[in-house]
Amino acid sequence: MTGKTGKSVKTAMLALGLLLLTAAGAWSAPPIKIGGLFSITGPASFLGEPERNTAQMVVNEINAAGGIKGRKLQLIAYDTQGDATRAVQAATRLIKEDRVVAIVGPSTTGDTMAVIPLVQRAEIPLVSCAAGIRITEPVKPWVFKTAQNDYLAVQRIYEHLTRKRIKRIALLTVSDSFGSSGREQLKSQAKRYGMEIVSDDTYGPKDTDMTPQLTKIRGGKAQALICWGTNPGPALIARNAKQLGVKLPLYMSHGVSSKKFIDLAGGAAEGIILPSGRVLVADLLPKSDKQKKALLSFVRDYQKHFRAEGDHFGGHAWDAVMLLKGAIERGGDSPAAIRNQLEKTRNFAGIGGIFSYSPTDHSGLTKDAFVMLEVRGKDWALLK
Amino acid sequence: MLKGNKNLVTYGMLSGIVMLAPLFFAGGYLLNVLVFVGINTLLAVALNLLLGFAGQISLGHAAFFGLGAYISGVSTATYGVNPWAAMLLAAVAVGLVAFAIGFPILKLKGHYLAMATLGFGIIVYIVFNETVDLTGGPSGLSGIPSFTVADFSFDSDMKNYYLIWGITLVAIVLSANLVNSRIGRALRSIHSSEVAARVMGVNVRLLKVQIFTLSAVLSSIAGSLYAHTMTFISPTSFGFNFSVELLTMVVIGGLGSILGPLLGAGLLTLLPEFLRTFQDYDIIVYGLLLVLMTMYLPGGLASGFTAMCARIRSRFSREVVKNAQG
Repeated sequence: MTGKTGKSVKTAMLALGLLLLTAAGAWSAPPIKIGGLFSITGPASFLGEPERNTAQMVVNEINAAGGIKGRKLQLIAYDTQGDATRAVQAATRLIKEDRVVAIVGPSTTGDTMAVIPLVQRAEIPLVSCAAGIRITEPVKPWVFKTAQNDYLAVQRIYEHLTRKRIKRIALLTVSDSFGSSGREQLKSQAKRYGMEIVSDDTYGPKDTDMTPQLTKIRGGKAQALICWGTNPGPALIARNAKQLGVKLPLYMSHGVSSKKFIDLAGGAAEGIILPSGRVLVADLLPKSDKQKKALLSFVRDYQKHFRAEGDHFGGHAWDAVMLLKGAIERGGDSPAAIRNQLEKTRNFAGIGGIFSYSPTDHSGLTKDAFVMLEVRGKDWALLK
Repeated sequence: MLKGNKNLVTYGMLSGIVMLAPLFFAGGYLLNVLVFVGINTLLAVALNLLLGFAGQISLGHAAFFGLGAYISGVSTATYGVNPWAAMLLAAVAVGLVAFAIGFPILKLKGHYLAMATLGFGIIVYIVFNETVDLTGGPSGLSGIPSFTVADFSFDSDMKNYYLIWGITLVAIVLSANLVNSRIGRALRSIHSSEVAARVMGVNVRLLKVQIFTLSAVLSSIAGSLYAHTMTFISPTSFGFNFSVELLTMVVIGGLGSILGPLLGAGLLTLLPEFLRTFQDYDIIVYGLLLVLMTMYLPGGLASGFTAMCARIRSRFSREVVKNAQG
């Protein structure tokens, strides 16, 4: 009997000692918890994976540099698998179980729309990494986003076409949320720029051959082709167009602005023009560019940690975490204070662009967030 | 009627557990997951009627679920219909669709039936995705109202939990009644041999369509419950993957058992939440567990559960005997 008691006392003391040891080594204040919702697996994993990686990388860097006002930042990230039901479950867990003060993500428009009613009711600020215009229009008090609105990219393309005196265009868009949103914007803004849409075709996200659509477009009166989609569809379109000898100038969306597109399309990518965030051309930017510093540090760090090129999607998460950091530094770590400070963010030079939120604008970017790029010699070239 | 007092006790206990469970999870996120367990159980019960008892496979049940959700969602969010009326409307509409396609589809057997239902599921999914003006397309439909009764709104997890589980329990009891009736025996005879069933005077063709329709209507009700609970729906929740997940729930739970769907849906919905601790490896562990379960519990969780109960009971009685002797 005595032996047993002695043993348990010893164990208890050991445990207490360990506890004290860790407590002494750790930070005096408890960490500030922020949540992450990313589609790490599933069809939208090309978004969620770099976003999760980047968010964790930024949080680690902030902590290594002393945290926020001496307090450590903790990221609790869950996988939504790009599914609305799972996104809602994970968001509920973040809010009720982990009691986070703010949430970064989700990665897709669908997931974001699904969790909006939840965060609005729980009054937790959400900084989405998805692009859909419906996320912030109409403005919802607790919802912000970092990805550029599609219509900004559309404006850039139309301005470029106007400068080239092109008036008649053909559309070829993918039938998913990215493509349908782009199509909507291309159609609604055409009138303002005097564009005439002579054909309007779509393709499925898993289609492997777009020659029927391209044959039709080749026979039409279009002067340029605008294609809206994410990899790999647009690369197939570029290849098919080359095989069919389509001579029209080919415009793509920012959905393919990554090195992977050039790899997939090979020689057929040559001469393709697209709007893109600055991250692809960070080293080509003039020194006067306000975003250059943030861009270079993001690209360098991502390369160091993951041996891969940092892309826009990671950039959205970088911006979201840094915006939250700024808000917490200025106003403290209560959800309401973070929300108010986020709304007061002005001229924050991030990866996606220069953010200025206001009570009537929770997307925060202008069309200057995009530059026009052309593929030349298997690399990007900055167009004026 | 329910078969004997034993079943009555089982259902009484089950209802008791279900009704008291929220007291332990109140305010926590698990309550939210349990709401989805309720919806998935209703779906699994529906599919089990078709697959477990009548032996007809369906790889398109997510489509009925989705149709229920979208008819409910669009009629309430866009046209301002009352949610309860929308649920009824959806159930009737989905019932008619299932009845209409049931006759040609259920002529097929085995792999061909699987293919046909799979095709139906894919067509419906494409419709959800492409009719952007109506359904909101791939980025979803938001602004769906919650259920309300006078001034009482089912707007929290707790309220929805009782609403959904109430309906699910009723569905479980009704399906138990159905399969223990004359019709249930006829269904099982179809499962064993259609020819024999026909010889015995069972109208095989009609009965198959009827059970298919009932199954679709229950799925549609689950869809409406889902839409008004989530207040947002998007096509990805109703794709082929979800049909397969439902099938897995029924098979893992135990085909042709009354409690199987509950166990299967409960496990497959809750497991990912507990596996989140494995982080990136959760999918591997999840798959591994499913493989192990199908290997060692081929009759599903329900049969494993019964076997375990029997073993405990026999050991207990042996010990009682031993104690009595000692």
